[in-house]
Amino acid sequence: MRAQVQSIRDRERTARVVVCRSFRSVEAECSGAAIAVCCAATSGAGLAAMATVAHHAAFSPALRDGSSVASGSEFYGSRVSVAAAPKTSVAPVQRNMRVRAVMAPPQRQERSPASTGAVKHAMTATEKILANASEKTKLTPGENVWVKADVLMTHDVCGPGTIGIFKKEFGQNAKVWDREKIVLIPDHYIFTSDERANRNVDILRDFAHEQDIKYFYDITDRSNFRANPDYKGVCHVALAQEGHCRPGEVLFGTDSHTCNAGAFGQFATGIGNTDAGFIMGTGKLLLKVPPTLRFVLDGEMPKHLLAKDLILQIIGEISVAGATYRAMEFVGTAVEAMTMEDRMTLCNMVVEAGGKNGVVPADATTAKYLEGKTSKPYQVFTSDGNASFLREYRFDVSKLEPVVAKPHSPDNRGLARECKDVKIDRVYIGSCTGGKTEDFIAAAELLAISGQKVKVPTFLVPATQKVWMDLYSLPVPGTDGKTCAEIFEQAGCDTPASPSCAACLGGPRDTYARMNDPQVCVSTTNRNFPGRMGHKEGQIYLASPYTAAASALTGFVTDPREFL
Amino acid sequence: MKHKRSWGVRTFAVAFRARGILFAECGARVAIVALPAMAAAALQVRLVPATAATTSSSSSSCSNRASSRSVSVPCIRRDGASVFGSVARFETRQEVRRVVSRGGVRALAGEVQAEGKDGRGCRVIHGRCFVVGDNIDTDQIIPAEYLTLVPSKPEEYEKLGSYAMIGLPEEWGKFIEEGKMKTEYKVIIGGDNFGCGSSREHAPVALGAAGCRAVVAETYARIFFRNSVATGELYPVETLGKIWEENHTGDIVTLDMEKDVLVNHTTGKTYNLKPIGEAGPVIDAGGIFSYARSTGMIASPAQ
Repeated sequence: MRAQVQSIRDRERTARVVVCRSFRSVEAECSGAAIAVCCAATSGAGLAAMATVAHHAAFSPALRDGSSVASGSEFYGSRVSVAAAPKTSVAPVQRNMRVRAVMAPPQRQERSPASTGAVKHAMTATEKILANASEKTKLTPGENVWVKADVLMTHDVCGPGTIGIFKKEFGQNAKVWDREKIVLIPDHYIFTSDERANRNVDILRDFAHEQDIKYFYDITDRSNFRANPDYKGVCHVALAQEGHCRPGEVLFGTDSHTCNAGAFGQFATGIGNTDAGFIMGTGKLLLKVPPTLRFVLDGEMPKHLLAKDLILQIIGEISVAGATYRAMEFVGTAVEAMTMEDRMTLCNMVVEAGGKNGVVPADATTAKYLEGKTSKPYQVFTSDGNASFLREYRFDVSKLEPVVAKPHSPDNRGLARECKDVKIDRVYIGSCTGGKTEDFIAAAELLAISGQKVKVPTFLVPATQKVWMDLYSLPVPGTDGKTCAEIFEQAGCDTPASPSCAACLGGPRDTYARMNDPQVCVSTTNRNFPGRMGHKEGQIYLASPYTAAASALTGFVTDPREFL
Repeated sequence: MKHKRSWGVRTFAVAFRARGILFAECGARVAIVALPAMAAAALQVRLVPATAATTSSSSSSCSNRASSRSVSVPCIRRDGASVFGSVARFETRQEVRRVVSRGGVRALAGEVQAEGKDGRGCRVIHGRCFVVGDNIDTDQIIPAEYLTLVPSKPEEYEKLGSYAMIGLPEEWGKFIEEGKMKTEYKVIIGGDNFGCGSSREHAPVALGAAGCRAVVAETYARIFFRNSVATGELYPVETLGKIWEENHTGDIVTLDMEKDVLVNHTTGKTYNLKPIGEAGPVIDAGGIFSYARSTGMIASPAQ
C-alpha cells in the first residue's frame, strides 16, 4: 500500500512532522528536523499513538516556551523508536501491531540497559526503568519516549470514565491490550448508599466480565466487607500486598497516589482517564523523562520519628511545587533500614510536592517482602554512581523532630511541639498513606504505653482487609501479646471500620468519619487543602501515626515524645 | 438563513460555510451571519483578501483550498462598539475554518452564543475573568463527593460542570451563580501550581463543561496540565510572572493565544504570555483522540 504522507504544519517551529501510514513497516528517509512516524497497522490505536508524538511536546510547559526551542529540537531531534507489539488487538483487525517511529535509520538495540556491564552513559534509576520500558539503551531527562505499561490500575471513581473513553475511542467491542495487566480495584466510595457510587462499582464489574479481566477485587455485599473474599480495599496498599508492584516495572494508575509503588524500585505515576483509556487500548503511554531530585536520608531514626515525619519534612522544605515534573529518589542509611511500608509512606506523598514519581532502590528488604506475593521475575535498577541529579538534599534524620502539616497545605510544616495549644475535635488514622498495618501498630504502641483513654473521637480505617485482619491478630511489641484491636478498644477508639479510602477525601455525605462540620482533625492522611475531608472550613493537621495517637490522648496537637 | 448586507456593499461570494456560521467574502467587506437561532447577533467583519473570492457551497471544497492568505479580522461587537484594536490573523483558510467552525467567531465578539460546541477551539477568547491565587487544588475545583459523576456520560458531564469550583473558599466568590449550570467566566486567572493535588480528570472536565475555556496561571501541576491537553477541555496558558493580584473577578479580558497576550480591558493592562505551543492544536481539535482523527491519523470515527 502506498504510504500516505500528511504533513502537519507547525507555525511555531520549522520542524515538521511527517506521518505515514502503511501496512508494512516502512523506514522513511527523514531529513534534518523531521520525524517519520510509520505505523504498520490500520488500528486506530497505533495511529492515535503516533499522533500524539506531534503534540506531546505540549505536555510540559518547558517545551511550549518558544524560547526553549532547544528542548523542542531535542524532541524532534531524538530518535523515537518504539518496537512492537501489544498482543491484544484492537477491533476490528486482529493482528500484531508493530509500531515504529524513526528519526534517522534506526540503530540496533543490542541489549537492555540492565545487562550492560560497563556503564556507557550514567543514568538515574528512573531513567533506567524508563529506558528499559521503552527499549532504549540510554535516556536523558527531557526526552519523550513511548513506554510500555506493565500494570494499569483503576478504581471505582475513575474507572467508569476511563472505560467510557476506551469504548468511545477504540470501539464498543474493542478488547483491552492485555487482560492480565489491568487491575480493577473498587476502593473509594464503597460503603455508601449513594446510588451513583454503587453503580460505578457495577460498571467495573460489567467491564471485568466482558473483558475477562484477571484482577478485579469485587465487592457485592456492602453490609459486610468480610463476606467478599475478593475485596481488598485501598488500591495502592492492595497493589503492594497482592504482588502487583515489582522492581523495574512501569505502573500507571488513575489516582495521584500511584507514586506509592515507587517504594518497590519501579516507575509508578498517576494519570487521568484519557491517558488511562489510551493505555487500555494500546498498552503504551508517551512520557517525558523526568530529571531526578535526590534525597539522602542518613542516620539512625529516633524512636519517636516515623517515615511520615520525614516526608512532611521534605515537602515543607521544597514546597508543594518543589518537585513538579521531577522524580524524587530516596536513598541513604535511614532508607535502607526502612521497612517496605515505611518506604511506601515516603513515596506516597511525592505527589504532594508535585513529583512525577518516587523511587526507593530495591534491595533485600524488597525481595523479602515480595516472597510469596509474586513469582514474576523482575529487574533491579539503581542509579549509577556518577548519574546526574538535578539537585541533592541531605538530611540527618537523627536530628529531626516530629512535624505536622498545618491547614491548609501539605507544605505548611510546623513542629508538632509548637502546635500544642491547638485544640482538636477528632483524630483519623487511615488511608493509603497512614492506614497500613505498621501505622496502626505504631499508634497502638503509643496508646498502650500511655495506658490512657483518648479524649476525642478517634476513627480507625484499615486500608485493606489484610490490614484489618492484622489489627485483630498481630501482637503489638511490648504489650504482652495484645492486638491492636484490643488496645484501641481499651483506649476508647472507634471500632476499626470497613477498609476503603473513606473520609481521607470526604466522599459522599454518608461516608464513615467524613467531616461534615467545621472541625479540627489530626490525620495520618495525605492532603489538607480546604474541604479535603468534607467541610470547607475543616482544619486538618497531617501527622504521623505516633503524633495522631498522642494528639488523641490529649485533645490537642501533641508531640509523641510526651508519651514515648 | 438571514443575510445582513453591510455598508451597502454587495456580498457575492461565499468563501466557505462552517458550522452554524456563514462566512461571506467579497471585495473589501464581509458579513458574518448566523443561523436563525442567533440571528440577532450578527457581526460585521471586514476581510482583506489577497486573491479573488471563491464560490463554494460546502465546507469540504473550502478546506481543500490550502491557498495561503492573510486575513485580518477586526472585531466589532453587537452594539457596534469596537472591541479593541487587535486583530486576529489567520494564515490559511483552513485555520479560519477551524476557528470559525468551532464557533470561534462568537468568541471574537464575546457575547454571541453560538450553537454547537460553545466557542471551543478558538485561540482568541473574550469575556469575563475569574481570579484566584496560588495552589488551587483539584479538590477545590471539584470536591470528591461529585466524583460519582462519570465524565464520559453526557448528562453527568453537564452536571459535573455545574459543580465546577464549588469547593473554593468563600473569599474567592462564586464561579457559577446560584441555580445556574454554566459559568459566566470564560477565563480563569490563577497563580502558582494551579490544579495541584488529585489526578482527577474531572477537574479540567468540570471547568470545560461549565463553559470556561482557558486558565491563565503562573505554573501548573503536571497531571492537571496533562489532563487539560488530553481532554481538550481547557487551554492551560502560562504567564511570564505573577499577574493574578492585579486582576479582579469580573474584569473583561481578551486572551489572545495568537499574539500570546492577555488584555484586561477593565484595568487597561496587557500581559505577555508564554506561547501555548504544541498543546494548542491538540486542544483546538478537542483533545488527543480528536486531534488524531482531525489530522487524518485515525480512520475510524468515534463511536
